[in-house]
Amino acid sequence: MCRLAAITSKEYISPMEPVLALETMKEGHDGSGLGLVLKNLGGEFEKLKKYPVLSGICSHDGRQTLDDYMKRRGFRLKHEWKPKTRPVGGIVSRDHYFARAYDYPEAFRSRPMEEREDLLMHTRLALRKLGESDESIFAFSFYPDVITIKEVGDPLQVAEFFGLDRESLKAKIIFAQGRQNTNYAIYLYACHPFFIQGYCSMTNGENTAFVPIREYLSGRGFPGYTGYNSDSEVFTHILHYSVRQLGFPLHYYKDVITPLKAAEIDKRSDADAVRLMKQSLRQLCIDGPNMVIGFIPDGTVFMVHDAKKLRPGIVGGVKGRYALMSEECGVDSAVPARERAKDIFPMKYDMVIISPEAQEVKVWNQLHG
Amino acid sequence: MEPASRLDHNHRLSLREFPYIVRWRDDRCKRCGRCTAVCPVKAIEPTVKVMRVVRSEGPVPTPAASRQVSQMVEQVKDMERCCVGCGTCTLVCPNEAIEPELNPQHKLLHYKNKGGDGYKRGGRRNDPSESTLDKLKFTRISMLTDPALDAGRHEFRIRTLLGRVISPEQMPLKTVNGKLEVDKTSDVFIPPVREIYPIMIGSMSVGALSPPMWEGLAMGVAYLNEVEGMPVVMCSGEGGMPPRLLRSRYLKYFVIQIASGYFGWDEIVRAIPHMVEDPAAIEIKYGQGAKPGDGGLLMAQKVLKLIAKIRGVPQFVDLASPPTHQTKYSIEEAVAKMIQSMSMAWGFRVPVYPKISGTKTAKAVLNNLARNPYAAGLCIDGEDGGTGAAYNVSMDKMGHPIASNLRECYLDLVKQGKQNELPLIAAGGVGKRGNLAANAAALIMLGASAVAIGKYIMQTASDCFGDEYNRCNLCNVGKCPRGITTQDPKLYRRLDSDKVAERVVEVFKAADTELKKIFAPMGRSTELPIGMSDGLSVGDKAIAERLGISYAC
Repeated sequence: MCRLAAITSKEYISPMEPVLALETMKEGHDGSGLGLVLKNLGGEFEKLKKYPVLSGICSHDGRQTLDDYMKRRGFRLKHEWKPKTRPVGGIVSRDHYFARAYDYPEAFRSRPMEEREDLLMHTRLALRKLGESDESIFAFSFYPDVITIKEVGDPLQVAEFFGLDRESLKAKIIFAQGRQNTNYAIYLYACHPFFIQGYCSMTNGENTAFVPIREYLSGRGFPGYTGYNSDSEVFTHILHYSVRQLGFPLHYYKDVITPLKAAEIDKRSDADAVRLMKQSLRQLCIDGPNMVIGFIPDGTVFMVHDAKKLRPGIVGGVKGRYALMSEECGVDSAVPARERAKDIFPMKYDMVIISPEAQEVKVWNQLHG
Repeated sequence: MEPASRLDHNHRLSLREFPYIVRWRDDRCKRCGRCTAVCPVKAIEPTVKVMRVVRSEGPVPTPAASRQVSQMVEQVKDMERCCVGCGTCTLVCPNEAIEPELNPQHKLLHYKNKGGDGYKRGGRRNDPSESTLDKLKFTRISMLTDPALDAGRHEFRIRTLLGRVISPEQMPLKTVNGKLEVDKTSDVFIPPVREIYPIMIGSMSVGALSPPMWEGLAMGVAYLNEVEGMPVVMCSGEGGMPPRLLRSRYLKYFVIQIASGYFGWDEIVRAIPHMVEDPAAIEIKYGQGAKPGDGGLLMAQKVLKLIAKIRGVPQFVDLASPPTHQTKYSIEEAVAKMIQSMSMAWGFRVPVYPKISGTKTAKAVLNNLARNPYAAGLCIDGEDGGTGAAYNVSMDKMGHPIASNLRECYLDLVKQGKQNELPLIAAGGVGKRGNLAANAAALIMLGASAVAIGKYIMQTASDCFGDEYNRCNLCNVGKCPRGITTQDPKLYRRLDSDKVAERVVEVFKAADTELKKIFAPMGRSTELPIGMSDGLSVGDKAIAERLGISYAC
């Protein structure tokens, strides 16, 4: 089973912090990969917040293809972060790891954000397509103020490989996943966290309803709902679909993935809407067992379980710094100086929502709405 | 020495031509006559024969032949009265002296066309081979990577939706103070949807079924809903419904069928203003899996007083529903109008869906319905469905198996992203070999929202004799020896409606447990695994390829 470590903070933090938290949970993952997503970037990207950052990996040939493509589309390179990798046993280094900030093509600079988001997503998908067959290009995310890093190997060793301990990369929200390779071949696109247009999530547990959900999302006519090298990618897309595409307030994500029983819905003040949603989005019920940690574009971070709650999760911290982990030892590592009695172990009806800058923690209860 | 009579019997059939040969044991029979009295087809009759008997009495063998008159039970060698193997004779025999035996080399179909008419019967396709549904296995078992659930402990929600489901993009929702509300000012039509149990009782009419049979099913369904909390619905079949039921609060558990003969609809339409509940749905029958493209038929001998009243027809006349609705001109126009008319009759509060027989053209029908916002679903009835009366050739040779037909339609909806909008109901052969829950689960995983059962529930709830070896299958002539498909009070007295109801409840409760036993190891409990095709495998590559599931051996 994968182990998850997320930290949301008022201050910029190093990606090493969630990685070290993962290390404390090492018994629970087999070290077959590390995925990191950084949001609200500090360090060398602090002044580049409005520029979209393309995160990925490419070969020498892939780099040329990528440069040509970006140039042709009118993107102008503003800044590039290239990790100074160092040899670490067991990790096979690829040619180029990068996070590049681009300026939008001229025609898009004054366009609404939604249009720019679509441009970025189409560009990322095009790059993925260009380099997917020969693995010459991996494009993980292309969005302002977000960086994604993924590699196969033990999380701590991968962090060492990238030199994250000495790099200037910092962020206010960092998601890290220590991968447990079970059903799928070790493939970077199968590695959490997954990201689409400002929405990100990572999950543990196996998604038993994967195929019907994938088929449903694929039929939405939205080009970004693709990939699905992992059964957990659908959680990110359901989040994006419910909040961005359908315009639901965030907590309805819980109602979508783990709908209530008819009698329970009747007691909600928004029963009519919830009943309609349950019917209309029936195919998106996840049926677990999963725990999902996610963030949305405004920097709100959340944790949610399916109704079976067979995958645990815990939230703990202090104002200005909260950790959302799959195990308590992870929270101990990330926020040791906290009042442990106030740790939250969300139950099956709960959704823990932490406001941007880690200011406030709210436990939303699905039964009460 | 033989008497001087003709020795060639070419004008007569030998028993070897008959589908069932009655084995009668002289030594056990006490000549009570029950078997010959009860035989629904008069295939056996008492007879008197003169026999040569050799006896020896005394201390040394002194055989002496004598002639003796003996009463016997003899099988009639007239194909019109051939033994149908129902075994009612065996049931009534106090001494186990008589039993019909299947004759696999029979030539029934060579001879069953007297008077130039083809062989008609009730029942189902005579094909005892393993169906595709029975070949499917559930192979995605949760093992260690995700924990399997406990069928006895976890909460399972085995429910489905009956009715057109609005697409998420069309939902008229607005956010007010961080909460979603249905926008009442919107003119978006929200179609009616029922939450039902995914196994329905399919359409079998009052008329085709005897009063205690239909009543037993209806009572069982009501009990399941009201006492067991299982929202099972049952379809009326074509032929109306008892007037009192139409005006009762139990109507909500019934799907009312309208078919091409419109039988019973006078009474139904008159009852609409007095209905205290809406029916669960309206089913428009365009076809039936057992006899595709053929109309309905209730033979004159079954049209007794009660049936005549409910259907609004004279007694003792053949009631033929035409193969097609007389108003049907095209699916674009007439079917849409029929769906709308039915919807309008109940103020658009009742889901209205068509039922067709399995066919290669099902996808075309489906695509039309997908574009019709009032179409509440599509029921596809596969070739293994049953019927009360049809030509043997229709049952045996016409029709499409349900598995690939259903799968093809579901995948077509997936392509359009409408798999949740238009529920598919699969029927025809569910539980053919008794595997009700497994067949239902397999169809659900292939894409069905619900399944409908007919002959399975008849067999299991009222001990119908019928099988795929043409056993009994007398539903068409009103002579049902179990009292299931007859209007003859002497026959239907044999059936106790309370017992039928009790069995219906038992069957559904058992199926519910078995469904949990299937879903739990697959890790599914909250929502029905519609379209979870990765859970299925089959040991036949051609089937695997056709259904888009994995091959396992």
